Amino acid sequence: MATQSSRSAARIMMAPAVFLLLVWMLVPLSLTLILSFKRFLPLRGDRIGERGDGFGDFLLDYITGFPTLDWVGFQNFSAFASSGAFTDAVITTLVIVGGVLAVSVIFGILLAMLLDQPMWGQGVVRILVIAPFFVMPTVSALVWKNMFMDPTNGLFAHLWRAFGADPVVWLSDVPMFSLILIISWQWLPFATLILLTAFQSLDSEQLEAAEMDGAGPLARFFFIALPHLSRAITIVILIQTIFLLAVFAEIFVTTGGAFGTRTLTYLIYQRVLESQNIGLGSAGGVYAIILANIVAIFLMRIVGKNLDR
Amino acid sequence: MARAVTTPRKALNTAIAWTIGLLIFFPILWTVLTSFKTEAEAIANPPVFLFFDWTLENYGVVQERSNYMRFLWNSVIIAGGSTILGIIIAVPAAWSMAFVPSRRTKDILLWMLSTKMLPAVGVLYPIYLLCIELGVLDNRYALVVILMLINLPIIVWMLYTYFREIPGEILEAARMDGASLKDELLYVLTPMAVPGIASTLLLNFILAWNEAFWTLNLTSVDAAPLTAFIASYSSPEGLFFAKLSAASTMAIAPILILGWFSQKQLVRGLTFGAVK
Repeated sequence: MATQSSRSAARIMMAPAVFLLLVWMLVPLSLTLILSFKRFLPLRGDRIGERGDGFGDFLLDYITGFPTLDWVGFQNFSAFASSGAFTDAVITTLVIVGGVLAVSVIFGILLAMLLDQPMWGQGVVRILVIAPFFVMPTVSALVWKNMFMDPTNGLFAHLWRAFGADPVVWLSDVPMFSLILIISWQWLPFATLILLTAFQSLDSEQLEAAEMDGAGPLARFFFIALPHLSRAITIVILIQTIFLLAVFAEIFVTTGGAFGTRTLTYLIYQRVLESQNIGLGSAGGVYAIILANIVAIFLMRIVGKNLDR
Repeated sequence: MARAVTTPRKALNTAIAWTIGLLIFFPILWTVLTSFKTEAEAIANPPVFLFFDWTLENYGVVQERSNYMRFLWNSVIIAGGSTILGIIIAVPAAWSMAFVPSRRTKDILLWMLSTKMLPAVGVLYPIYLLCIELGVLDNRYALVVILMLINLPIIVWMLYTYFREIPGEILEAARMDGASLKDELLYVLTPMAVPGIASTLLLNFILAWNEAFWTLNLTSVDAAPLTAFIASYSSPEGLFFAKLSAASTMAIAPILILGWFSQKQLVRGLTFGAVK
Protein backbone atom coordinates (compact mmCIF):
# COMPACT_ATOMS: atom_id res chain seq x y z
CA MET A 1 0.00 0.00 0.00
CA ALA A 2 3.05 2.21 0.15
CA THR A 3 2.94 4.43 -2.88
CA GLN A 4 5.49 7.09 -3.79
CA SER A 5 3.31 9.86 -2.39
CA SER A 6 2.57 8.05 0.85
CA ARG A 7 6.30 7.49 1.28
CA SER A 8 7.11 11.15 1.01
CA ALA A 9 4.18 11.97 3.29
CA ALA A 10 5.62 9.52 5.81
CA ARG A 11 8.96 11.24 5.65
CA ILE A 12 7.36 14.61 6.35
CA MET A 13 5.43 13.15 9.28
CA MET A 14 8.58 11.73 10.78
CA ALA A 15 10.66 14.86 10.21
CA PRO A 16 9.78 16.88 13.36
CA ALA A 17 10.50 14.04 15.78
CA VAL A 18 13.73 13.05 14.04
CA PHE A 19 14.92 16.65 13.72
CA LEU A 20 14.22 17.49 17.38
CA LEU A 21 15.96 14.39 18.70
CA LEU A 22 18.91 14.99 16.40
CA VAL A 23 19.35 18.53 17.73
CA TRP A 24 18.76 17.33 21.31
CA MET A 25 21.51 14.75 20.89
CA LEU A 26 24.11 16.60 18.83
CA VAL A 27 24.16 20.07 20.41
CA PRO A 28 24.68 19.07 24.08
CA LEU A 29 27.01 16.22 23.14
CA SER A 30 29.22 18.44 21.03
CA LEU A 31 29.27 21.06 23.78
CA THR A 32 30.34 18.50 26.36
CA LEU A 33 33.00 17.20 24.01
CA ILE A 34 34.41 20.67 23.24
CA LEU A 35 34.39 21.75 26.89
CA SER A 36 36.10 18.55 28.02
CA PHE A 37 39.22 19.70 26.16
CA LYS A 38 39.11 23.18 27.69
CA ARG A 39 40.15 24.85 30.90
CA PHE A 40 36.93 26.43 32.15
CA LEU A 41 36.69 27.73 35.72
CA PRO A 42 33.94 30.39 35.85
CA LEU A 43 34.74 31.14 39.50
CA ARG A 44 38.30 32.12 38.52
CA GLY A 45 37.09 34.44 35.81
CA ASP A 46 37.07 32.19 32.73
CA ARG A 47 34.31 33.39 30.42
CA ILE A 48 32.72 32.30 27.18
CA GLY A 49 32.96 35.48 25.10
CA GLU A 50 32.15 38.82 26.65
CA ARG A 51 29.70 39.23 29.50
CA GLY A 52 26.17 40.20 28.53
CA ASP A 53 26.40 39.04 24.93
CA GLY A 54 23.26 37.97 23.11
CA PHE A 55 22.50 34.44 22.03
CA GLY A 56 23.87 35.15 18.54
CA ASP A 57 27.31 35.85 19.96
CA PHE A 58 27.08 32.67 22.00
CA LEU A 59 26.34 30.70 18.83
CA LEU A 60 29.34 32.29 17.13
CA ASP A 61 31.56 31.33 20.08
CA TYR A 62 30.13 27.80 19.98
CA ILE A 63 30.80 27.35 16.27
CA THR A 64 34.34 28.68 16.60
CA GLY A 65 34.96 26.35 19.58
CA PHE A 66 34.96 28.92 22.39
CA PRO A 67 38.21 30.73 21.53
CA THR A 68 38.34 32.55 24.90
CA LEU A 69 38.91 29.26 26.76
CA ASP A 70 42.34 27.62 26.80
CA TRP A 71 42.68 24.32 24.98
CA VAL A 72 44.32 21.82 27.35
CA GLY A 73 44.23 18.61 25.32
CA PHE A 74 43.54 15.45 27.28
CA GLN A 75 44.55 17.02 30.60
CA ASN A 76 40.99 16.99 31.98
CA PHE A 77 40.54 13.35 31.05
CA SER A 78 43.73 12.24 32.75
CA ALA A 79 43.09 14.47 35.79
CA PHE A 80 39.57 13.12 36.21
CA ALA A 81 40.58 9.49 35.79
CA SER A 82 43.66 9.65 38.00
CA SER A 83 41.97 11.29 40.99
CA GLY A 84 41.12 9.05 43.94
CA ALA A 85 37.57 10.38 43.83
CA PHE A 86 37.08 8.81 40.41
CA THR A 87 38.12 5.32 41.50
CA ASP A 88 35.94 5.58 44.62
CA ALA A 89 33.01 6.83 42.56
CA VAL A 90 33.31 3.98 40.08
CA ILE A 91 33.39 1.42 42.91
CA THR A 92 30.42 3.09 44.64
CA THR A 93 28.47 3.12 41.38
CA LEU A 94 29.18 -0.55 40.73
CA VAL A 95 28.20 -1.53 44.29
CA ILE A 96 24.91 0.38 44.09
CA VAL A 97 24.02 -0.86 40.60
CA GLY A 98 25.07 -4.43 41.42
CA GLY A 99 23.37 -4.45 44.82
CA VAL A 100 20.07 -3.10 43.58
CA LEU A 101 20.14 -5.44 40.58
CA ALA A 102 20.78 -8.49 42.77
CA VAL A 103 17.99 -7.57 45.18
CA SER A 104 15.45 -6.66 42.54
CA VAL A 105 16.11 -9.63 40.24
CA ILE A 106 16.28 -12.35 42.93
CA PHE A 107 13.37 -11.07 44.99
CA GLY A 108 11.57 -10.07 41.79
CA ILE A 109 11.62 -13.68 40.57
CA LEU A 110 10.42 -15.00 43.93
CA LEU A 111 7.72 -12.37 44.20
CA ALA A 112 6.55 -12.91 40.63
CA MET A 113 6.32 -16.65 41.26
CA LEU A 114 4.30 -16.02 44.40
CA LEU A 115 1.95 -13.54 42.71
CA ASP A 116 1.41 -16.01 39.88
CA GLN A 117 -0.07 -18.58 42.29
CA PRO A 118 -3.83 -18.81 42.76
CA MET A 119 -4.97 -16.72 45.74
CA TRP A 120 -7.70 -14.42 46.99
CA GLY A 121 -7.34 -10.73 46.24
CA GLN A 122 -4.53 -11.14 43.71
CA GLY A 123 -5.31 -7.84 42.03
CA VAL A 124 -5.07 -5.91 45.29
CA VAL A 125 -1.76 -7.52 46.26
CA ARG A 126 -0.34 -6.67 42.86
CA ILE A 127 -1.34 -3.04 43.33
CA LEU A 128 0.30 -2.97 46.79
CA VAL A 129 3.54 -4.40 45.40
CA ILE A 130 3.72 -2.07 42.40
CA ALA A 131 2.89 1.14 44.29
CA PRO A 132 6.47 2.15 45.29
CA PHE A 133 7.42 2.49 41.63
CA PHE A 134 5.06 5.45 41.31
CA VAL A 135 6.45 7.35 44.29
CA MET A 136 8.65 10.23 43.22
CA PRO A 137 12.32 9.65 44.08
CA THR A 138 12.65 12.67 46.36
CA VAL A 139 9.65 11.52 48.41
CA SER A 140 10.79 7.93 48.84
CA ALA A 141 14.32 8.98 49.79
CA LEU A 142 13.11 11.52 52.36
CA VAL A 143 10.47 9.23 53.86
CA TRP A 144 13.05 6.48 54.35
CA LYS A 145 15.70 8.88 55.58
CA ASN A 146 13.49 10.50 58.23
CA MET A 147 10.61 8.30 59.20
CA PHE A 148 12.46 5.00 59.11
CA MET A 149 16.19 5.64 59.38
CA ASP A 150 16.31 8.66 61.67
CA PRO A 151 18.49 7.56 64.63
CA THR A 152 16.29 9.20 67.29
CA ASN A 153 12.74 9.25 66.00
CA GLY A 154 12.72 6.79 63.12
CA LEU A 155 10.68 3.60 63.22
CA PHE A 156 13.82 1.46 63.01
CA ALA A 157 15.24 3.25 66.05
CA HIS A 158 12.03 2.55 67.98
CA LEU A 159 12.19 -1.07 66.90
CA TRP A 160 15.84 -1.46 67.89
CA ARG A 161 15.18 0.11 71.31
CA ALA A 162 12.22 -2.19 71.83
CA PHE A 163 14.68 -5.08 71.62
CA GLY A 164 17.14 -3.31 73.85
CA ALA A 165 19.64 -2.57 71.10
CA ASP A 166 21.31 0.73 70.30
CA PRO A 167 19.73 2.43 67.28
CA VAL A 168 21.81 2.34 64.12
CA VAL A 169 22.74 5.63 62.46
CA TRP A 170 21.79 4.17 59.09
CA LEU A 171 22.97 6.76 56.62
CA SER A 172 26.41 7.27 58.15
CA ASP A 173 27.13 3.83 59.70
CA VAL A 174 25.93 1.67 56.82
CA PRO A 175 25.35 4.23 54.06
CA MET A 176 25.65 1.86 51.10
CA PHE A 177 23.30 -0.69 52.63
CA SER A 178 20.77 2.05 53.36
CA LEU A 179 20.93 3.49 49.86
CA ILE A 180 20.63 0.05 48.27
CA LEU A 181 17.59 -0.58 50.47
CA ILE A 182 15.92 2.68 49.45
CA ILE A 183 16.64 2.31 45.75
CA SER A 184 15.70 -1.40 45.73
CA TRP A 185 12.37 -0.51 47.28
CA GLN A 186 11.72 1.67 44.24
CA TRP A 187 12.91 -0.82 41.62
CA LEU A 188 11.79 -4.18 42.98
CA PRO A 189 8.20 -3.45 41.84
CA PHE A 190 9.40 -2.78 38.30
CA ALA A 191 11.32 -6.08 38.13
CA THR A 192 8.42 -7.97 39.70
CA LEU A 193 5.90 -6.55 37.27
CA ILE A 194 7.94 -7.44 34.19
CA LEU A 195 8.86 -10.91 35.44
CA LEU A 196 5.24 -11.55 36.39
CA THR A 197 4.18 -10.64 32.85
CA ALA A 198 6.75 -13.09 31.54
CA PHE A 199 5.63 -15.81 33.98
CA GLN A 200 2.05 -15.47 32.83
CA SER A 201 3.01 -16.33 29.27
CA LEU A 202 4.59 -19.60 30.42
CA ASP A 203 2.80 -22.62 29.01
CA SER A 204 1.24 -24.56 31.90
CA GLU A 205 0.95 -27.74 29.82
CA GLN A 206 4.69 -27.87 29.51
CA LEU A 207 5.03 -27.73 33.28
CA GLU A 208 2.40 -30.40 33.78
CA ALA A 209 4.08 -32.67 31.26
CA ALA A 210 7.38 -32.25 33.09
CA GLU A 211 5.67 -32.96 36.39
CA MET A 212 4.20 -36.19 35.01
CA ASP A 213 7.62 -37.21 33.75
CA GLY A 214 8.80 -36.96 37.33
CA ALA A 215 10.52 -33.54 37.41
CA GLY A 216 10.52 -32.07 40.92
CA PRO A 217 9.69 -28.42 41.68
CA LEU A 218 13.35 -27.38 41.61
CA ALA A 219 13.96 -29.11 38.29
CA ARG A 220 10.83 -27.50 36.86
CA PHE A 221 12.03 -24.10 38.04
CA PHE A 222 15.60 -24.38 36.75
CA PHE A 223 14.95 -26.20 33.47
CA ILE A 224 11.61 -24.76 32.36
CA ALA A 225 10.67 -21.54 34.18
CA LEU A 226 14.12 -19.93 34.34
CA PRO A 227 14.99 -20.44 30.62
CA HIS A 228 11.58 -19.04 29.74
CA LEU A 229 12.31 -15.98 31.90
CA SER A 230 15.84 -15.43 30.63
CA ARG A 231 14.91 -12.76 28.13
CA ALA A 232 12.74 -10.84 30.59
CA ILE A 233 15.54 -11.02 33.17
CA THR A 234 18.07 -9.70 30.67
CA ILE A 235 15.77 -6.81 29.82
CA VAL A 236 15.17 -5.99 33.49
CA ILE A 237 18.93 -5.97 34.10
CA LEU A 238 19.73 -3.77 31.11
CA ILE A 239 16.94 -1.22 31.62
CA GLN A 240 17.55 -0.96 35.34
CA THR A 241 21.28 -0.57 34.79
CA ILE A 242 20.68 2.42 32.57
CA PHE A 243 18.40 4.06 35.15
CA LEU A 244 20.58 3.06 38.12
CA LEU A 245 23.74 4.50 36.57
CA ALA A 246 21.88 7.82 36.58
CA VAL A 247 20.56 7.67 40.18
CA PHE A 248 20.69 11.21 41.52
CA ALA A 249 17.79 12.45 43.65
CA GLU A 250 18.11 9.63 46.21
CA ILE A 251 21.70 10.65 46.97
CA PHE A 252 20.99 14.37 46.66
CA VAL A 253 18.43 14.37 49.51
CA THR A 254 19.93 11.69 51.79
CA THR A 255 23.71 11.84 52.10
CA GLY A 256 24.58 14.52 49.55
CA GLY A 257 27.43 12.29 48.41
CA ALA A 258 29.00 12.02 51.89
CA PHE A 259 30.04 8.81 53.69
CA GLY A 260 31.40 7.22 50.52
CA THR A 261 28.12 7.34 48.61
CA ARG A 262 29.39 9.52 45.79
CA THR A 263 28.55 7.80 42.53
CA LEU A 264 29.99 8.75 39.17
CA THR A 265 26.84 10.73 38.35
CA TYR A 266 27.05 12.58 41.65
CA LEU A 267 30.78 13.26 41.29
CA ILE A 268 30.26 14.82 37.86
CA TYR A 269 27.34 16.87 39.21
CA GLN A 270 29.57 18.19 42.01
CA ARG A 271 32.42 19.02 39.63
CA VAL A 272 30.13 20.85 37.24
CA LEU A 273 27.63 22.72 39.42
CA GLU A 274 29.21 22.83 42.89
CA SER A 275 32.93 23.37 42.31
CA GLN A 276 32.30 24.76 38.82
CA ASN A 277 35.22 23.01 37.17
CA ILE A 278 33.44 22.66 33.86
CA GLY A 279 36.30 21.18 31.85
CA LEU A 280 36.96 18.45 34.40
CA GLY A 281 33.25 17.72 34.84
CA SER A 282 32.76 17.51 31.07
CA ALA A 283 35.58 14.98 30.79
CA GLY A 284 33.76 12.99 33.49
CA GLY A 285 30.59 13.36 31.47
CA VAL A 286 32.31 11.84 28.44
CA TYR A 287 33.34 8.85 30.58
CA ALA A 288 29.74 8.47 31.82
CA ILE A 289 28.43 8.57 28.25
CA ILE A 290 30.89 5.86 27.17
CA LEU A 291 29.92 3.70 30.15
CA ALA A 292 26.18 4.03 29.45
CA ASN A 293 26.74 3.27 25.77
CA ILE A 294 28.41 -0.04 26.53
CA VAL A 295 25.23 -1.12 28.36
CA ALA A 296 23.00 0.44 25.72
CA ILE A 297 24.54 -1.58 22.88
CA PHE A 298 23.46 -4.84 24.51
CA LEU A 299 19.95 -3.56 25.20
CA MET A 300 19.52 -2.30 21.65
CA ARG A 301 20.54 -5.66 20.25
CA ILE A 302 17.79 -7.45 22.16
CA VAL A 303 15.15 -4.84 21.40
CA GLY A 304 16.24 -4.78 17.75
CA LYS A 305 15.90 -8.53 17.39
CA ASN A 306 12.39 -8.22 18.72
CA LEU A 307 11.51 -5.75 15.95
CA ASP A 308 12.29 -8.26 13.20
CA ARG A 309 9.53 -10.61 14.26
CA MET B 1 0.59 -20.96 34.57
CA ALA B 2 -2.14 -20.77 37.19
CA ARG B 3 -3.39 -24.25 38.02
CA ALA B 4 -6.14 -25.66 40.20
CA VAL B 5 -4.95 -26.09 43.80
CA THR B 6 -6.47 -27.17 47.08
CA THR B 7 -8.11 -24.62 49.35
CA PRO B 8 -5.52 -24.81 52.18
CA ARG B 9 -2.78 -24.23 49.63
CA LYS B 10 -4.67 -21.25 48.28
CA ALA B 11 -5.12 -19.87 51.79
CA LEU B 12 -1.41 -20.22 52.46
CA ASN B 13 -0.56 -18.41 49.20
CA THR B 14 -2.99 -15.67 50.13
CA ALA B 15 -1.51 -15.22 53.61
CA ILE B 16 2.10 -15.05 52.39
CA ALA B 17 1.33 -12.77 49.46
CA TRP B 18 -0.72 -10.33 51.54
CA THR B 19 1.97 -10.17 54.22
CA ILE B 20 4.69 -9.37 51.71
CA GLY B 21 2.45 -7.00 49.79
CA LEU B 22 1.58 -5.03 52.91
CA LEU B 23 5.23 -4.97 53.97
CA ILE B 24 6.26 -3.45 50.65
CA PHE B 25 3.38 -0.99 50.75
CA PHE B 26 3.97 -0.11 54.40
CA PRO B 27 6.20 2.99 53.90
CA ILE B 28 3.46 4.58 51.78
CA LEU B 29 0.75 3.63 54.26
CA TRP B 30 2.84 4.93 57.15
CA THR B 31 3.43 8.25 55.35
CA VAL B 32 -0.28 8.71 54.72
CA LEU B 33 -1.18 7.83 58.34
CA THR B 34 1.53 10.11 59.76
CA SER B 35 0.22 13.03 57.72
CA PHE B 36 -2.94 12.96 59.87
CA LYS B 37 -1.08 12.97 63.21
CA THR B 38 0.19 15.81 65.32
CA GLU B 39 3.97 16.27 65.32
CA ALA B 40 4.18 14.77 68.82
CA GLU B 41 2.25 11.66 67.82
CA ALA B 42 4.33 11.32 64.66
CA ILE B 43 7.45 10.52 66.68
CA ALA B 44 5.74 8.78 69.61
CA ASN B 45 7.44 5.68 71.01
CA PRO B 46 5.86 3.15 70.87
CA PRO B 47 4.46 4.37 67.53
CA VAL B 48 0.72 4.88 67.28
CA PHE B 49 -0.81 3.12 64.34
CA LEU B 50 -4.49 3.95 63.93
CA PHE B 51 -5.73 5.18 67.30
CA PHE B 52 -4.70 8.80 67.42
CA ASP B 53 -6.52 12.09 67.05
CA TRP B 54 -6.87 12.43 63.30
CA THR B 55 -6.14 15.98 62.22
CA LEU B 56 -5.96 17.86 58.91
CA GLU B 57 -3.82 20.58 60.45
CA ASN B 58 -0.58 19.52 58.68
CA TYR B 59 -2.13 19.97 55.26
CA GLY B 60 -3.11 23.51 56.15
CA VAL B 61 0.34 24.30 57.51
CA VAL B 62 2.13 22.95 54.44
CA GLN B 63 -0.04 25.00 52.09
CA GLU B 64 0.31 28.14 54.22
CA ARG B 65 4.04 27.98 54.77
CA SER B 66 5.25 26.98 51.36
CA ASN B 67 2.47 27.84 48.96
CA TYR B 68 2.03 24.23 47.94
CA MET B 69 -0.41 25.10 45.16
CA ARG B 70 2.28 26.88 43.16
CA PHE B 71 4.52 23.80 43.15
CA LEU B 72 1.57 21.62 42.26
CA TRP B 73 0.65 23.90 39.38
CA ASN B 74 4.25 23.82 38.10
CA SER B 75 4.20 20.02 38.22
CA VAL B 76 0.94 19.92 36.31
CA ILE B 77 2.20 22.34 33.64
CA ILE B 78 5.57 20.60 33.26
CA ALA B 79 4.30 17.01 33.25
CA GLY B 80 1.11 17.73 31.32
CA GLY B 81 2.67 20.14 28.83
CA SER B 82 5.64 17.92 28.02
CA THR B 83 3.41 14.87 27.56
CA ILE B 84 0.88 16.57 25.30
CA LEU B 85 3.58 18.26 23.24
CA GLY B 86 5.40 14.92 22.94
CA ILE B 87 2.24 13.14 21.76
CA ILE B 88 1.56 15.80 19.14
CA ILE B 89 5.05 15.36 17.70
CA ALA B 90 5.16 11.58 18.10
CA VAL B 91 1.77 10.52 16.69
CA PRO B 92 2.58 11.39 13.04
CA ALA B 93 6.05 9.86 13.34
CA ALA B 94 4.86 6.62 14.92
CA TRP B 95 1.92 6.44 12.52
CA SER B 96 4.12 6.69 9.46
CA MET B 97 6.64 4.17 10.82
CA ALA B 98 3.89 1.67 11.61
CA PHE B 99 1.93 1.98 8.36
CA VAL B 100 4.54 3.03 5.79
CA PRO B 101 7.63 1.20 7.03
CA SER B 102 10.79 1.58 4.99
CA ARG B 103 14.16 -0.12 5.15
CA ARG B 104 15.36 2.52 7.56
CA THR B 105 12.44 2.43 10.00
CA LYS B 106 14.12 -0.03 12.34
CA ASP B 107 17.36 1.97 12.37
CA ILE B 108 15.49 5.19 13.12
CA LEU B 109 13.59 3.57 15.98
CA LEU B 110 16.74 2.15 17.52
CA TRP B 111 18.56 5.44 17.09
CA MET B 112 15.72 7.25 18.88
CA LEU B 113 16.01 4.75 21.70
CA SER B 114 19.76 5.38 21.90
CA THR B 115 19.17 9.09 22.60
CA LYS B 116 17.20 7.99 25.66
CA MET B 117 20.28 6.13 26.90
CA LEU B 118 22.36 9.29 27.01
CA PRO B 119 23.18 9.87 30.70
CA ALA B 120 21.67 13.18 31.76
CA VAL B 121 24.69 14.16 33.82
CA GLY B 122 26.87 13.92 30.70
CA VAL B 123 25.01 16.85 29.18
CA LEU B 124 24.16 18.67 32.43
CA TYR B 125 26.42 21.66 31.86
CA PRO B 126 25.56 22.17 28.17
CA ILE B 127 21.83 22.25 28.95
CA TYR B 128 22.43 24.49 31.96
CA LEU B 129 24.55 26.80 29.82
CA LEU B 130 22.00 26.91 27.00
CA CYS B 131 19.28 27.77 29.52
CA ILE B 132 21.38 30.64 30.86
CA GLU B 133 22.23 31.93 27.40
CA LEU B 134 18.58 31.78 26.33
CA GLY B 135 17.49 33.32 29.65
CA VAL B 136 15.23 30.39 30.53
CA LEU B 137 16.86 29.01 33.67
CA ASP B 138 14.14 28.38 36.27
CA ASN B 139 11.50 28.66 33.55
CA ARG B 140 8.78 26.03 33.43
CA TYR B 141 8.34 26.18 29.66
CA ALA B 142 12.00 25.30 29.24
CA LEU B 143 11.37 22.23 31.40
CA VAL B 144 8.30 21.37 29.32
CA VAL B 145 10.54 21.24 26.24
CA ILE B 146 13.39 19.36 27.96
CA LEU B 147 11.15 16.69 29.51
CA MET B 148 9.33 16.35 26.19
CA LEU B 149 12.64 15.62 24.48
CA ILE B 150 13.66 13.16 27.19
CA ASN B 151 10.43 11.19 26.91
CA LEU B 152 9.94 11.54 23.15
CA PRO B 153 11.72 8.22 22.37
CA ILE B 154 9.48 6.34 24.80
CA ILE B 155 6.37 8.04 23.42
CA VAL B 156 7.29 7.20 19.82
CA TRP B 157 8.09 3.61 20.77
CA MET B 158 4.93 3.04 22.75
CA LEU B 159 2.72 4.53 20.04
CA TYR B 160 4.58 2.53 17.40
CA THR B 161 3.95 -0.78 19.19
CA TYR B 162 0.26 0.11 19.55
CA PHE B 163 -0.19 1.31 15.97
CA ARG B 164 1.55 -1.75 14.60
CA GLU B 165 -1.19 -3.90 16.08
CA ILE B 166 -3.84 -2.13 13.97
CA PRO B 167 -4.28 -4.34 10.91
CA GLY B 168 -3.47 -2.52 7.67
CA GLU B 169 -6.16 -4.52 5.85
CA ILE B 170 -8.85 -2.56 7.67
CA LEU B 171 -7.55 0.63 6.08
CA GLU B 172 -7.53 -0.98 2.65
CA ALA B 173 -11.07 -2.25 3.16
CA ALA B 174 -12.21 1.23 4.15
CA ARG B 175 -10.52 2.66 1.08
CA MET B 176 -12.20 0.10 -1.17
CA ASP B 177 -15.53 1.10 0.30
CA GLY B 178 -14.80 4.61 -0.88
CA ALA B 179 -13.58 6.24 2.35
CA SER B 180 -11.59 9.43 1.79
CA LEU B 181 -8.35 10.04 3.66
CA LYS B 182 -10.26 12.22 6.08
CA ASP B 183 -12.87 9.51 6.73
CA GLU B 184 -10.13 6.95 7.09
CA LEU B 185 -8.39 8.98 9.76
CA LEU B 186 -11.51 10.09 11.56
CA TYR B 187 -13.71 7.00 11.59
CA VAL B 188 -11.34 4.07 11.17
CA LEU B 189 -7.96 4.90 12.56
CA THR B 190 -8.78 7.24 15.44
CA PRO B 191 -11.17 4.92 17.32
CA MET B 192 -8.59 2.13 17.10
CA ALA B 193 -5.67 4.34 18.09
CA VAL B 194 -7.27 6.14 21.02
CA PRO B 195 -6.68 3.45 23.69
CA GLY B 196 -2.98 3.26 22.77
CA ILE B 197 -2.62 7.03 22.79
CA ALA B 198 -4.41 7.26 26.14
CA SER B 199 -2.11 4.77 27.85
CA THR B 200 0.96 6.42 26.34
CA LEU B 201 -0.29 9.72 27.70
CA LEU B 202 -0.82 8.26 31.14
CA LEU B 203 2.56 6.55 31.49
CA ASN B 204 4.50 9.54 30.23
CA PHE B 205 2.65 11.90 32.51
CA ILE B 206 3.77 9.71 35.42
CA LEU B 207 7.38 9.60 34.22
CA ALA B 208 7.48 13.37 33.76
CA TRP B 209 5.80 14.03 37.12
CA ASN B 210 8.47 11.99 38.94
CA GLU B 211 11.48 13.19 36.92
CA ALA B 212 14.01 14.44 39.46
CA PHE B 213 17.25 15.31 37.72
CA TRP B 214 16.43 18.21 35.45
CA THR B 215 13.64 19.50 37.67
CA LEU B 216 16.07 19.71 40.61
CA ASN B 217 18.98 21.18 38.66
CA LEU B 218 17.25 23.66 36.39
CA THR B 219 14.76 25.25 38.78
CA SER B 220 15.11 27.35 41.91
CA VAL B 221 12.00 29.38 42.75
CA ASP B 222 9.60 30.21 39.94
CA ALA B 223 9.48 26.94 38.05
CA ALA B 224 10.11 24.50 40.92
CA PRO B 225 7.71 21.54 40.76
CA LEU B 226 6.80 19.09 43.55
CA THR B 227 10.07 17.12 43.26
CA ALA B 228 11.99 20.24 44.24
CA PHE B 229 9.40 21.20 46.86
CA ILE B 230 9.88 17.86 48.62
CA ALA B 231 13.67 18.09 48.31
CA SER B 232 13.49 21.36 50.28
CA TYR B 233 12.49 19.24 53.28
CA SER B 234 15.85 17.45 53.26
CA SER B 235 17.28 19.77 55.91
CA PRO B 236 15.20 19.08 59.02
CA GLU B 237 13.86 21.90 61.17
CA GLY B 238 12.57 20.78 64.55
CA LEU B 239 9.58 18.49 64.52
CA PHE B 240 8.55 18.01 60.94
CA PHE B 241 7.63 14.36 60.28
CA ALA B 242 3.90 15.03 60.09
CA LYS B 243 4.37 18.00 57.78
CA LEU B 244 6.81 16.06 55.61
CA SER B 245 4.22 13.28 55.42
CA ALA B 246 1.43 15.66 54.46
CA ALA B 247 3.58 17.23 51.74
CA SER B 248 4.64 13.78 50.49
CA THR B 249 1.11 12.45 50.47
CA MET B 250 -0.08 15.37 48.38
CA ALA B 251 2.81 14.90 45.96
CA ILE B 252 2.31 11.18 45.36
CA ALA B 253 -1.45 10.66 45.73
CA PRO B 254 -2.50 11.75 42.22
CA ILE B 255 0.24 9.67 40.61
CA LEU B 256 -0.48 6.54 42.66
CA ILE B 257 -4.04 6.64 41.42
CA LEU B 258 -3.03 7.19 37.80
CA GLY B 259 -0.32 4.56 38.18
CA TRP B 260 -2.73 1.87 39.23
CA PHE B 261 -4.65 2.43 36.01
CA SER B 262 -1.54 2.14 33.91
CA GLN B 263 0.23 -0.91 35.34
CA LYS B 264 -0.39 -3.03 32.23
CA GLN B 265 0.98 -0.33 29.93
CA LEU B 266 3.96 0.15 32.19
CA VAL B 267 5.50 -3.12 31.07
CA ARG B 268 5.07 -2.39 27.40
CA GLY B 269 6.20 1.21 27.69
CA LEU B 270 9.32 0.63 29.72
CA THR B 271 10.56 -2.47 27.90
CA PHE B 272 10.03 -0.87 24.49
CA GLY B 273 7.64 -3.63 23.50
CA ALA B 274 10.15 -6.38 24.22
CA VAL B 275 8.06 -7.92 27.02
CA LYS B 276 4.31 -8.12 26.65
